[in-house]
Amino acid sequence: MRIWGWLLDLDRRWIFLGIALAVVIPIVTKYTLPQGKPAPPTVAVYNYIEALKPGEVVMIAFDYSPSSMPELHPQALAVVRHLLQHKLRVVSVSLNIQGTSLGRDLLSQVGGELGAVDGVDYVHLGFKPGGSQVILGMGESIAQVYPTAADGRPIADLPVMEGVKTYDDVSLLIDFAAGNLPFAWIAFAGERYNQKIAAGITAVMATDLYPYLQSGQLVGLINGLKGAADYEALLGIEPSEAPGMLGMSSQSIAHLLIVVLVIAGNIAYFASGRHRRRGRS
Amino acid sequence: MGVSIEIIGVWVAALMTLAIFSFLYADNPVYKLAEHLFVGISAGYGVVITWHEAVIPLLIDPLFRPENVDLAEPNYLVIIPGLLGLMMFSRFIPRYDWLSRWPIAFVMGLYSGLAIPASVQTYLLPQLHATMLPIWPGVEVDAWTALSNFLLVVGVLCTLAYFYFSREHAGAFGVASKIGIFFLMVAFGASFGNTVMARVSLLIGRVQFLYDDWWLPLVAAPISRWFGG
Repeated sequence: MRIWGWLLDLDRRWIFLGIALAVVIPIVTKYTLPQGKPAPPTVAVYNYIEALKPGEVVMIAFDYSPSSMPELHPQALAVVRHLLQHKLRVVSVSLNIQGTSLGRDLLSQVGGELGAVDGVDYVHLGFKPGGSQVILGMGESIAQVYPTAADGRPIADLPVMEGVKTYDDVSLLIDFAAGNLPFAWIAFAGERYNQKIAAGITAVMATDLYPYLQSGQLVGLINGLKGAADYEALLGIEPSEAPGMLGMSSQSIAHLLIVVLVIAGNIAYFASGRHRRRGRS
Repeated sequence: MGVSIEIIGVWVAALMTLAIFSFLYADNPVYKLAEHLFVGISAGYGVVITWHEAVIPLLIDPLFRPENVDLAEPNYLVIIPGLLGLMMFSRFIPRYDWLSRWPIAFVMGLYSGLAIPASVQTYLLPQLHATMLPIWPGVEVDAWTALSNFLLVVGVLCTLAYFYFSREHAGAFGVASKIGIFFLMVAFGASFGNTVMARVSLLIGRVQFLYDDWWLPLVAAPISRWFGG
């Protein structure tokens, strides 16, 4: 039938246009679709933080660059907001050189909104090159790896670092990453120093990291923009104020369109008989 | 409205985004310009960040300005990694390029030493342990968990069978390896679905930037003011 041939020969730019409209229209019209229940791995991170006592220390690793901001920045915003609202001390590091300025800006933004004080409630220690050596070094002495914060203040003078010597003094480590660094944190901080670890990751990495959730090597996992939206919902943030939730309507409509296109493409492929021609060639 | 450096930055980012998106219609000189700018600026940005975040605080300050890194006196030990780093640049002088093998050997040796035991301790043993699960419903697990555990164990064994190439994939072994392919396909499907989600998220991030940070405040609002809105 001609319609199948037409569908298979469709200029792919029409598909680009369809995806663009599926993403743009919900953002422009502020159209929001109902959100499903938060994913259990995201709830696990939320519950773990809820169970911590005020004053305990959570270390955040900003291991992502601007290219993965759309997925990871909303996650980090929501989690840091939760930590500071819960009166936990936040100590952040960065093993990705471009992540250090993103982390610094995020902490000062959320800290400013919540009235948290830099050096008392949170501190950004900044970037150190070396990856696994930095992770291992902090297991022996955080002060030896980071004698000063990112802005040059000696960490010995900062109230937020009082009593924080090694991973033994850190209740949870959360790595926001778009590369292989979660594996290094699991290997060198988790296995070697028994540090409890959660991860906020891009969706591309999710299938690689789920086995570590199942084995208990991660206490929880925040997966992509959906994870950010789930976390925002758990915090009770208004959808209009939540970057993750605002993006999820576009995400859902684009996914629906892709599913329809995949099904239509397969039906067209078999109905047009091209699979038989391909089999003979 | 005055023109600040932030406004110029938003305009540049928005126009560069649109220039890159123009490739979706067809390859064109505007896309090429944006691509080349991106490559060049990324390289330059990487050099500057590395200089300020790594070379100065880890090499120059400990040697010449120890007070900046909370040291009482210069730390001369950093000369060793500094020299090793400089030896990498010997690649540019063919006569002495053999010198670059030393830092490479150092890094390879170090990482091998770190990675091999860590791989066994992190990626192999705990994962093996995590597949040794009760598959019969009873006191320890309910029927649903037992079924889930059973699928996981069958999936691991059949996938391993598929990757065992020292025996012909025939008979019961062939059936196991075919079931292994099924599990692999499920894993690839999950991976593809997550990849689609990630890519759409990146597009959403760009569209949110274009609409919220550029179009509304810097295009629509001035036009509205112009017409007295």
